[in-house]
Amino acid sequence: MTVAVAHRRPPRRVLPSGGRRARRADQLAGWAMASPAVFFIGLFGLVPLVWSFVLSFQHSNFQTSPTWAGLSNYRALTHDPVFWQSVRQTLLYTVLFVPITLIGSLLVAAALNRKIRGITVYRLAVFVPVVTSTVATGVIFGWLLDPNYGVVNSLLEKAGLPAQGFFTSTREALFCIVGMTVWGWLGFGTLIFLAGLQSVPKELLEAAAIDGCTRRRAFWSVQVPQLRPVSAFLVVWLTINALQLFDEVYVTTKGGPLHASTVVVYYLYQQAFQFFHAGYAAAIAYVLFVAILALTLGELWLTRRLDRDRAS
Amino acid sequence: MTTHIETTPQHVQPGVDDVPAFRRSRRRRPSAWHLVLAPLGLVLIVPLLWMATTSISTLAETRRFPPGLPHSVQWVNFLTAWRQSPFGTWLLNSTIVSVSCVVGNLVLCSLAGYAFARVRFTGARVVFIVLLATLMVPFQVVMIPTLLIIKDLHLVNSLPALIAPNLVTPFGVYLLRQFFLSLPPELEEAAIIDGAGRLRILTRVLLPLMGPPLTTLTVLTFLNVWNDFLWPLIVTSSPHTMTVQVGLATFQSAHFTNWPVLMAGTLMSQVPVLLLFVAGQRYFVSSIASTGIK
Repeated sequence: MTVAVAHRRPPRRVLPSGGRRARRADQLAGWAMASPAVFFIGLFGLVPLVWSFVLSFQHSNFQTSPTWAGLSNYRALTHDPVFWQSVRQTLLYTVLFVPITLIGSLLVAAALNRKIRGITVYRLAVFVPVVTSTVATGVIFGWLLDPNYGVVNSLLEKAGLPAQGFFTSTREALFCIVGMTVWGWLGFGTLIFLAGLQSVPKELLEAAAIDGCTRRRAFWSVQVPQLRPVSAFLVVWLTINALQLFDEVYVTTKGGPLHASTVVVYYLYQQAFQFFHAGYAAAIAYVLFVAILALTLGELWLTRRLDRDRAS
Repeated sequence: MTTHIETTPQHVQPGVDDVPAFRRSRRRRPSAWHLVLAPLGLVLIVPLLWMATTSISTLAETRRFPPGLPHSVQWVNFLTAWRQSPFGTWLLNSTIVSVSCVVGNLVLCSLAGYAFARVRFTGARVVFIVLLATLMVPFQVVMIPTLLIIKDLHLVNSLPALIAPNLVTPFGVYLLRQFFLSLPPELEEAAIIDGAGRLRILTRVLLPLMGPPLTTLTVLTFLNVWNDFLWPLIVTSSPHTMTVQVGLATFQSAHFTNWPVLMAGTLMSQVPVLLLFVAGQRYFVSSIASTGIK
């Protein structure tokens, strides 16, 4: 979200402060007011960012003092088959999760954007998963999709279909995680789209109506194009979160079976806190950081370019 | 508020949807959209309903075929979950951590946001840009050194370790700074002429106007911290300091096959936030939406 916002800085307006005394008072007050925030963000934001970079060039096991490793962590990464598998799976996950969530939440928002009796109940049903924690989501879906006693397999059997392995199947685990996380994020996307739909100027809809436009046509040709900035934000936001997937994997599959659902952050977690390869994990973290930055900036660049092409 | 809507088609209604007079046949009540919305809502809510159903069933009932509602409500599942694991402690820990982070963000981000928006001091611009840059850093990138810092401070396995990294967020500073910039400076001029200090202006003149952004910051901080999993997972290992999310994950591995008790525990862990959400749905929705729109 921040990335989308930060580029447009509003004009800075500082009150005309009185004489020299007032200005000196402002010096003091400014630093006094800002310093607690600066201290905490520095200590837990900036210092670890630099430290992490240094750590990625070291061998460290959290206990003994680290030794210099040069580029060997990064070099080892390029030969690590599990790392590459986790990269492929993270990308596959992202490529599925982002569009499904985006289109799904647009359709749900369109359906919810009307005043009919009981709409608040439907909205509640859509929004409740947003506040359900990722851990609870994982536990609940683990039960729904339990291969032996889960309700989904019961229903499949009843319909005469073969029971599935779901999280225990190497072929299905990642797709189950996609489905589960789409459920968790659909309400968020819907919320953003609903707010976007409601900020479409009424004059546009009135003009469309005067021109004899049907309601459905007005939705696709008038309202949806107005949602471009909102959609751009959502794509960026969903991508960032998809690349950082961890909680649901930890709770349901622990990256398995046979690494079939190991995503980058899960592998990073394993390297750091199960194998105690802190330096190697830091290298993974930095690769992830650069990838997220590049993808985010790339998406922003693309949307702006598309906007310019449309305008001309 | 929706009761009068369908009766008079000519009546101009205030809803978004009903503004222009689109070509359409006279709408029958009830709206046909229920046929779309009811199954949709049901599909989305089914996982949570199934959690609730399982939590009041016996183990045998969860294994019968086809699945259905329990014969009698088994409250004992909740009792078992509560007795076997310190859910009370976990919920209390989560509450302490979340509330501390909310208060920290409200106070410290207001101060810093105001300073960066209105007070002229050396280095303000550079410092602000550097703070803003940390917004783009995913937590996973900094989590290992953060843990090392917490270790050096001898805070591992403590509530302060859970609170400190989230006590101030660059997002909060940014959000409130933008809000202060949107206020007319004239508001403060009179107070400045009267010789009021900056802190006094902030608390007496501006604070009463800060309802909406502070609500947003409260809701988002609370949700983020309450539902946070990775940081509490790596920094706590004792059941006494765990938050409810990490507690639930350990509870899950301990009761992997006793689904009714596991679902009872899961439900208990979600109840506080669910109740808050239902009570303050309006605030939740506008807070989450405002971050997306801006």
